Amino acid sequence: MAKRVVITGMGVVAPNGIGVPAFLNAIQHGTSGIKFMPLYEELHMSCQVAGVPPFVWESLRNYISEVTFYGLKGTNIGYGITVALDAWADAGLPYDTDEPRWDTGCVFGNSAPDSEATKNVITRVDNKEVKKLGSRVVEQTMNSGVTSFISGRLGLGNRVVTNSTACATGTQAILMGYEYIKSGLARRMVVGSSEYIDTYIFGTFDSMRVLSRKFNDQPERASRPMSASAGGFVPGSGAAAFILEDLDLALERGARIYAEVLGGSANSGGQRGGGTMTAPNPAGVMRCIDESIRNAGIHAGDIDLISGHLTATMADKQEIQNWSQVLGRKGKDFPMINSVKSMIGHCLSAAGSIESVASVLQIVHGFVHPNINLEDPNQDILTIVDPERLPTSMVKKEINVVAKANFGFGDVNACIIFSKFDN
Amino acid sequence: MTREEILAELKKVLTPYTSNKEMLNSINEETDLIRDLKINSANLVDIIIDAEAKYNIEIDYDSADKMINVGSCVDVISEKLGQK
Repeated sequence: MAKRVVITGMGVVAPNGIGVPAFLNAIQHGTSGIKFMPLYEELHMSCQVAGVPPFVWESLRNYISEVTFYGLKGTNIGYGITVALDAWADAGLPYDTDEPRWDTGCVFGNSAPDSEATKNVITRVDNKEVKKLGSRVVEQTMNSGVTSFISGRLGLGNRVVTNSTACATGTQAILMGYEYIKSGLARRMVVGSSEYIDTYIFGTFDSMRVLSRKFNDQPERASRPMSASAGGFVPGSGAAAFILEDLDLALERGARIYAEVLGGSANSGGQRGGGTMTAPNPAGVMRCIDESIRNAGIHAGDIDLISGHLTATMADKQEIQNWSQVLGRKGKDFPMINSVKSMIGHCLSAAGSIESVASVLQIVHGFVHPNINLEDPNQDILTIVDPERLPTSMVKKEINVVAKANFGFGDVNACIIFSKFDN
Repeated sequence: MTREEILAELKKVLTPYTSNKEMLNSINEETDLIRDLKINSANLVDIIIDAEAKYNIEIDYDSADKMINVGSCVDVISEKLGQK
């Protein structure tokens, strides 16, 4: 029989808060984590604002040995270790173990390995200094770097895998962990994603002209999903992790249960039917959402809240249209919908995991976080959704079911249904 | 540099690579880097790179292979310093 899967621990490093309590406070109050970046102005980027977590590098000493800390430079690895270990402790589990934890695996993603670490390799090699690279470079430039540090620190002995599906990565990681436990192959999974957007990653998006550039002097107003003045997304960095457990295991050990993962789906629009490398095929998106609802065993009408992908580009309107069509809901009947990106920007691979933490927190604490900067909703969106379903300040409300979706380059989609736990 | 001076400096090079600080404080020429100081074998490369920078010497692959315990490290460093 398929196992039920519950969330027993969470960790987050976000531009507007580090740690679950700080992040909860930030999303309830609509606190922006977007700041002006002098370096980006110097580098002639069109977008000069970003969401960068106020992360203190030295704090890693609380999580890893001095020997591991020495020589660690990959920022995304630092974020990943922090959120995974925070989630682990939050689930009431001890870090240290002599034996591998055979029943626990890890699915953790990133869209790119740390490109500053890669730059170090390129510079040394080009300067004919290969011999000076040392032993600590491969572990920080390989795609599976983050996952390897997490699984090594916690002694994880089940399946350990690094996933990568652009902006759908984080959502997909949670889904993969869920499916693995559901099928009985593992009893516990550490899942999530981590992303550090340095100048090199940032620059490639800046060149595509998909980033916000009209609010460089008002950073907190720069990320404007669903608004008429939305002019591109704001890059963000960060990470989040969940501890997923087989319900029986969680009950056996008396773990605190945040919520249940009811189901989900991941697919691709095949870059057909309007789908391209950078734009989703609406048929793929709708199929993904529809399959998620079926897998979760719920009805479209059960969804209280949509945590959208909603990056603040032209695609927002099409996303809303897709949700409305596949759910068969519009106007006042449309679920509440919000975008964490209005506060933290678009954290690429980390978007799905950070936004999923927000989704679960809204279930646990009974609220809908505000869409900040939504002073001027897009008129086309208003023809589909009643304005009261687009909250601009926190709404206290019981939330039982959240649909969380993310869509990525390559025309890939992932959707998860989170629910209040009810035994 | 005397062997004692080299050993004292070597201790600083080894510091970031061992969690066994007690053993590090009482090292002698017989102390084994991997067995006694619990240094990850992959990190021996980093110790050689750091030693090269510290003493401004170059340690070739054959010499590096000999650097198994503190005494052999001092031998190699001493030899390379003598060649300068």
